[in-house]
Amino acid sequence: MQAVKTSSCNCSSANQDFIQQISEFKGLDGGLIPALHAVQERYGYLAEEALKVVAEQLEVSMAKIYGVATFYSYFSVVPKGEHIIRVCLGTACYVKGAQELIDNLSQELKIRVGETTEDGKFTLEASRCLGACGLAPAMMIDSDVYGKLTGKKIKEVLEKYNQ
Amino acid sequence: MKTLEELMQIREKTLWGIQVRTDSSVVHNLAEKHILVCSGTGCTSSSSTLIISNFTKLLEEKNLDNVRVIKTGCFGLCAKGPVVVIYPEGIFYSMVQPEDVVEIVEQHLMTGRIVERLLYEDEEQEQEQLVITKLADLPFYQKQQRIVLKNCGLINPEDIDEYLAVGGYQALSKALNKMSRYDVIETVKKSGLRGRGGGGFPTGLKWEFAAKQLNDQKYIICNADEGDPGAFMDRSILEGDPHSCLEAMTIGGYAIGANKGYIYIRAEYPIAVKRLEVAIAQAKEYGLLGEDILGTPFNFDIEIRLGAGAFVCGEETALMNSIEGKRGMPNPKPPFPAVSGLFGKPTVINNVETFSNIPQIINEGSEWFAAIGSENSKGTKVFALGGKIVNTGLIEVPMGITLREIIYDIGGGIPHGKHFKSVQTGGPSGGCITKDYLDTKIDYDNLTALGSMMGSGGMIVMDEDNCMVDMARFYLDFTREESCGKCSPCRIGTTRLLEILEKITEGKGTLADLQKLETLSEEIKVASLCGLGQTAPNPVLSTIKHFKGEYLAHIVDKKCPAGVCKSLVQYFIEKEQCRGCSLCAKKCPVMAISGQLKEPHQIDTEKCIKCGLCYESCRFKAIVRK
Repeated sequence: MQAVKTSSCNCSSANQDFIQQISEFKGLDGGLIPALHAVQERYGYLAEEALKVVAEQLEVSMAKIYGVATFYSYFSVVPKGEHIIRVCLGTACYVKGAQELIDNLSQELKIRVGETTEDGKFTLEASRCLGACGLAPAMMIDSDVYGKLTGKKIKEVLEKYNQ
Repeated sequence: MKTLEELMQIREKTLWGIQVRTDSSVVHNLAEKHILVCSGTGCTSSSSTLIISNFTKLLEEKNLDNVRVIKTGCFGLCAKGPVVVIYPEGIFYSMVQPEDVVEIVEQHLMTGRIVERLLYEDEEQEQEQLVITKLADLPFYQKQQRIVLKNCGLINPEDIDEYLAVGGYQALSKALNKMSRYDVIETVKKSGLRGRGGGGFPTGLKWEFAAKQLNDQKYIICNADEGDPGAFMDRSILEGDPHSCLEAMTIGGYAIGANKGYIYIRAEYPIAVKRLEVAIAQAKEYGLLGEDILGTPFNFDIEIRLGAGAFVCGEETALMNSIEGKRGMPNPKPPFPAVSGLFGKPTVINNVETFSNIPQIINEGSEWFAAIGSENSKGTKVFALGGKIVNTGLIEVPMGITLREIIYDIGGGIPHGKHFKSVQTGGPSGGCITKDYLDTKIDYDNLTALGSMMGSGGMIVMDEDNCMVDMARFYLDFTREESCGKCSPCRIGTTRLLEILEKITEGKGTLADLQKLETLSEEIKVASLCGLGQTAPNPVLSTIKHFKGEYLAHIVDKKCPAGVCKSLVQYFIEKEQCRGCSLCAKKCPVMAISGQLKEPHQIDTEKCIKCGLCYESCRFKAIVRK
């Protein structure tokens, strides 16, 4: 796929700022993944328009970017909810009932794993080990970890985000 | 940039300041107290950050300027977090809440009376509950030997001066000023240190291979892509003692002739990443990283690279592809990384825990290290204890300790009076060990002989409520999901294994399936490209070996003895026990329970979704699971 020329677009200063940020990865050996992290941090997901900038600046094809982006589970090419719930499905959590936790959440939020609620508030994900095994079963909402969860505690936690 | 002399001065000055917590034998003249608050991921998630700010605020209000609050890395006893320890007495407070701060300050610090309510209680003691006041007296620490975790829970990980005070960067100074590259490699070789990431390859040998390569550019990589579900030691080491890893990488760089290092760490570990960034900046400021390190002509720099959620990237060649900005897929070996690694250059790749042993091996000598552990496995190993065990958390024990000592003496046994069933080591590459082998000495070779493996050190304890067929299914679900897809034995093989296991857990399995599981497993082991595929069948093979009866119960009797596999479980109400309180009927999400008030109820098994809510809610034990 041909990289889209950004010079033809009507770039706002925010865009210029973004282009500048991405261009800094150009001289970095293996800079594609750090660039994708930067995109996801900025926009919450890997927006196609933003990836076109990456393609242009790093001189790689969109096909290659897509190949790399979809290989890693941390990256998403579709928009996500305002808050991302990652339920740990590591072994320690699993033996302590993480599956029930997920069932519980998906009932509560009326979405399945991988989906986003209609109001765009929450995305529910199952995660590899969060490394919070001492607190099993655990989940992460955005970058906060919640541990020793029960059905009741989940409701309280969600309440906090619904306010 | 600091000179050696300036570093010595910082060391001495800081050591005096932290003696309160490092040296219990010194009678401290200063009326100083240190409050150590655990800031590992576990305690942080139970609001230890708020505890720290509450302490700081209150100490200021009360004008207690002889008390310092220090955030530290993980103490290991995550089950009892958040943990607060007060020195010089070494009083151990567990499960501290932000609102408890007032009491600790007003009662303990101002009047010297210990807050007994927050002390550790040994609940598993049969006689009356034993209250333990001091950290040093906790049974959890008695059989531990801390080398790698020495500084975790002792120093502030974001203060390089404290690391220097406890002997940090002395090994680097010794290596650069008093040892040749080959002396360093010889010392590591003689110590008997083996890779702690799973493979167990001798570290010194790896360094020697890379050192012998003639090349203008070589690399050192620290593998912090800790992906095993159930293992979190690398994260805790980096959160609690990041400088030990940086120091070791720099020593490694000197030994093999590399001037650049990468730390490949999971993006899911934000606290560890932040502390590493702080540590790297401090080391650069002090001239312990960068050019002309410690006034010698040696240059070394370290860069952090974030992983992006792919278990296979823990495999060394896949990890290097990921640093190069590609899909993280493994390459066939040879060539080995020591010959042709990152960007085609000779590369040494070691795991975090392996690196963290190095400074002390250089300082104390290879004989000291080789004296710890068993014949072919030297030193200690950090294990993450999880699952059905009282003291979940992080422990470090000498190699050769028995599983029984770990689970009962350190781990405190199985909670709620349940029975031990099995312990899983080595994560998705390992296997289960049963109670018959509890007295086996834990080292690389013995675990492999039992059909499991050391792996990175996850140790998940299971009790009678865990179904072993379901565990095998769980791990295969994981490896199938994480298989990169490059080679077909792993990509297709793990999918087929999972399908058969699902069939069995749904009660549709046949005896031929059991045979098929075994033959397919053997084929995947020999034909897969990398370690992920080669070890993926281990959880299946080891559960079949040790728990064949459970497989047969699923296949022949169509029963799940542990009551986990939903398709094989049914709930009934015992008429004699039921008081007709109707609590279960109210809890049932699908209205499958009916009956008159004060009359025995019944469950409509057609409607029942087997969620188990009724089973948990019944106060009369009238609901049975069969």
